[in-house]
Amino acid sequence: MSAEPQVVADLVAGSATAVCRVEEIPPGEGRAFAVAGEQVAVFRLRTGVLRAVSAVCPHRGGPIADGQTDAQVVVCPLHAHVFDLATGACRTGQPPLRTFPVAEADGWVLVGGG
Amino acid sequence: MATRSGAGRQRLVVVGNGMAGARTVEEVLARGGAERFDITVYGEEPYGNYNRILLSHVLQGVDDEADIFLNTVAWYAENGIDLRSGVRVQRIDPFGKVVVDGAGGTQPYDRLVIATGSVPFVPDIAHLRDPRRGFHQAVFTFRTLDDTRRMVAYARDHERAVVIGGGLLGLEAAAGLASHGMRVTVVHGPGHLMNAQLDEAAGRILRRSIEALGIEVECGARTTAVRGREQIEGIELRDGRFLPCDMVVLAAGIRPSTEIAEMSGLTVERGIVVDDQMRVPESDDVFAVGECVQHRGETYGLVAPIWEQAKVIADVLTGADPHAAYHGTRTATKLKVAGVDVASMGVVAPERDTDEHVVLSEPRRGVHRSVVIRDGRLIGATLLGDVGRAAFLQGAFERGTALPEERLSLLLDLGGPPAEVSVAELDDHATVCTCNGVSKGAICGAVTGGCRTVGSVMDATRAGKGCGSCKGLVAQVVEWAAGGAVEEDPSASWYVPGIPLTKAELVEQIRARRLLSVSSVFAALAPEGADDARSKMALTSLLRVVWPHDHVDERDARFVNDRVHANIQRDGTFSVVPQMKGGVTTPEQLRTIADVADRYHVPLVKVTGGQRIDLLGVPKEDLPKVWRDLGMPSGYAYGKSFRTVKTCVGTDFCRFGLGDSTQLGIDLESRYQGLESPAKMKLAVSGCPRNCAESLVKDVGVVAVGEGRWDVLVGGAAGAHIRQGDVLATVDSPEEVVRLAGRFMQYYRENAGWLERTYTFVPRVGIERLRALLVEDGEGLAAGLDERMQEAVDAYVDPWQEGAAPVEPGQFRTALPLTPLPQVPVR
Ligand code: SRM
Ligand SMILES: Cc1cc2nc3c(=O)[nH]c(=O)nc-3n(C[C@H](O)[C@H](O)[C@H](O)COP(=O)(O)OP(=O)(O)OC[C@H]3O[C@@H](n4cnc5c(N)ncnc54)[C@H](O)[C@@H]3O)c2cc1C
Ligand code: SF4
Ligand code: FES
Repeated sequence: MSAEPQVVADLVAGSATAVCRVEEIPPGEGRAFAVAGEQVAVFRLRTGVLRAVSAVCPHRGGPIADGQTDAQVVVCPLHAHVFDLATGACRTGQPPLRTFPVAEADGWVLVGGG
Repeated sequence: MATRSGAGRQRLVVVGNGMAGARTVEEVLARGGAERFDITVYGEEPYGNYNRILLSHVLQGVDDEADIFLNTVAWYAENGIDLRSGVRVQRIDPFGKVVVDGAGGTQPYDRLVIATGSVPFVPDIAHLRDPRRGFHQAVFTFRTLDDTRRMVAYARDHERAVVIGGGLLGLEAAAGLASHGMRVTVVHGPGHLMNAQLDEAAGRILRRSIEALGIEVECGARTTAVRGREQIEGIELRDGRFLPCDMVVLAAGIRPSTEIAEMSGLTVERGIVVDDQMRVPESDDVFAVGECVQHRGETYGLVAPIWEQAKVIADVLTGADPHAAYHGTRTATKLKVAGVDVASMGVVAPERDTDEHVVLSEPRRGVHRSVVIRDGRLIGATLLGDVGRAAFLQGAFERGTALPEERLSLLLDLGGPPAEVSVAELDDHATVCTCNGVSKGAICGAVTGGCRTVGSVMDATRAGKGCGSCKGLVAQVVEWAAGGAVEEDPSASWYVPGIPLTKAELVEQIRARRLLSVSSVFAALAPEGADDARSKMALTSLLRVVWPHDHVDERDARFVNDRVHANIQRDGTFSVVPQMKGGVTTPEQLRTIADVADRYHVPLVKVTGGQRIDLLGVPKEDLPKVWRDLGMPSGYAYGKSFRTVKTCVGTDFCRFGLGDSTQLGIDLESRYQGLESPAKMKLAVSGCPRNCAESLVKDVGVVAVGEGRWDVLVGGAAGAHIRQGDVLATVDSPEEVVRLAGRFMQYYRENAGWLERTYTFVPRVGIERLRALLVEDGEGLAAGLDERMQEAVDAYVDPWQEGAAPVEPGQFRTALPLTPLPQVPVR
């Protein structure tokens, strides 16, 4: 799958956390993790791409990891605001989600930043 | 020009976030103003910006509050605007160039726009106010969203209202209150209604139309006092009469809101005085716009002039056209007042002996049309009840075009296909939508720019999105501009936004290609095979209907509620509603529920409106344990699915019972539990026509009517909408009820739009057609429907069994790892 070497290198050079095995995130879904004191929602899209964004919806604190996804966006489960997973930008007029670097290495999901 | 040192940006401060203030900001942004200005907007109301005109609709309950917002709070953030909502500006210091707010905060400005609107005019009536509390609690004004909310709440449990004032606002208020079932009297000082816009004859005809709504009208009547201390008893009129009522609405006119201008030393006469650039005389950097201004001696009380003023200010402020000037608006208005169309422009009646006055009055039809002509030019027109000629007359009025010798033809649509001719006749500058100031030219521009549907033109131009009275004309102009090539908005008929097919086409493809999973549906049928998050939930539900046994479950295609079989709450916890068929429980069940609630520290245990018990505030990771300990099946209170069957006690206990409603309810729920459907299905069975289980307002409602017979009603509702169900059939046995209810639900499952409740579906299809199909079996569908329903019933599995064996990793893992849940209040 998507082991972008540069991202992995950056992650390892900086501080990265192995949050789970890839197969622990079912395809198309998200799971939430605490990474260096930040709440991060990590998604494994059906395309195989991994995405990581802040886990708390800027609208009213909804659990983003429980949202539904497609190749581009995640929809918050509480009031259906739509966020671009690559940039974090909101398509429905809310403030953006923060994005985090994420990659797979040896079957582990690594999340950087925090 | 004062510029903030160093930075090239100026501070633009707008005081007042109503229709004028917000529109001015939009016009500034449209001219690239975001580059030049840091914009701060003050609004006393704690909201974004909404369409004040539509408050009448909110009062009547035809629009939700959410529908009337023009700019949400988020819009301001997106555009980098600092919105200070809920903050009142106290005064301005035009010399120090700062704005001072009510809390004592200050904000410097380089350019300032005052857009404080109007305040309701309060006539001199004794005892309107309580000396300690301001207005008497039963006295209302009609200006803001909060006013409207308060009126709606008060109207619910009061019966008689008096509306003081018979102009636009008063009549709208009266119609709104009447729609809540109140008895309403309009008390109007002048001799006829809407005297500012209508002549006496038209006013009389309008009065009849208003009275036809059940509203009483008193003209030439002055209110002198309100009687009653805690509760209002009524009002006293100058002629000595007393009108009993328990609510008073003041709609006697408006006054420009000039308080802060006065306190700041600006020139105020009737309004804040401005020049043709909308500037105040005291400072080149201070502008004013909207109902608070007085321009060339005129004040305005409608939105059309505001749109022109906002453009002028934006042109001047941004330098797009430093010489832009406002020359006043020749007020032509087109309104819908209490459901009656009114259009008026210029003078109401002839003023000189030589003025021509052409009148066509048809009181019986509620139609009145008149024009006033001076020196061959149209100087006034009034249309009531039928405003078909308004656009044409407005063109003549605004541009002074020559009039036909046969004056009467001005008022008549003579021969020919009138709509087409009059749309073609319209000048490009003619205003089509007065509420949003959209001209015929702008609509044609949107069509040339590629908009091919009426809906997309409305979105692009906002035409028709005000009071809505011009929608027909907008559609005609679009049609005319597109030369007949208007398209129906195609996506309106799609079942889900991501796949361009109607439900019937989609189901056909799913069957023909044997598509069993949501991802295979996207791959086969979506443009470029792209998946779409907003379509997934509906497709999951549809696949379960089409393939009860064989569909391939993809968990990411389910909404979170359906992944964890519980309803997500505001803090990310869930609610647990065990099945309690027909609302019947046992002491043992109750004890178990109580124990579980204790063991898991459930914050709230509540009896639901669906006759069962809700455990609210359960963290996701506790769900499996809670289910295990309850040992009861899911009540499906979270799904777009079959929910509950409410019952009453029926023959076993009730002295009026005509049928065993409790047992029938249990039987229905046992058979149809958990079935997914396009939207919720809620049922009820009542043992007699007293209807204690509220069967008349259920998706499927059943009522025992005696001699072993049962009425089966469908399409009822009492949630966001209220509708009495239609009787589908009266049948002879509980077994027939179960069969017919199932057949109806299967037909609904197969044919309704996504999220279309039966209260929309049934009237859309028509009860006669449903009867012909489902009861008389006119097209031979019944056997198939019954069979497919049986298949769905056979496929039922209680989803709470997944608690013992989660179907995927982390199914019940918290989604907010650092937040202690629940955060909902614990009682
Ligand atoms: C729990 C309950 C309120 C209560 O404390 O009594 C409830 C709670 C909710 N209702 Fe309801 N409704 C409840 C009975 C009703 C009823 C009365 C009834 O079922 O007899 C109605 C009117 C009947 C109807 O459905 O038409 C009702 C009409 C609605 C509506 C309006 C639907 C409509 O189109 O008219 C919604 C909104 C929607 O479905 O989009 C809604 C939506 C909701 C949701 C699910 C909102 C949501 O999506 O989160 C609420 C979940 C609260 C939570 O956090 O768990 N609820 N809701 C009731 C559960 C009944 C049950 O045992 O299953
Ligand atoms: C029920 C109703 C129906 C109507 N129907 C129609 C219609 O059909 N057609 C039509 O053309 N017109 C109609 N109107 C009139 C139309 O709504 C007004 O002409 C228009 O809203 C005026 O815009 P404005 O911005 O000048 O004032 P407003 O929209 O009133 O905005 C002024 C804003 O400034 C804020 N404000 C005031 N003082 C301060 C302060 N000191 N500090 C901070 N904020 C302040 C207020 O809170 C308010 O939100 C209707 C009005 C009402 C109430
Ligand atoms: S009425 Fe229903 S949806 Fe609204 S707050 Fe109450 S429970 Fe929630
Ligand atoms: S909390 Fe996310 S949309 Fe409201």
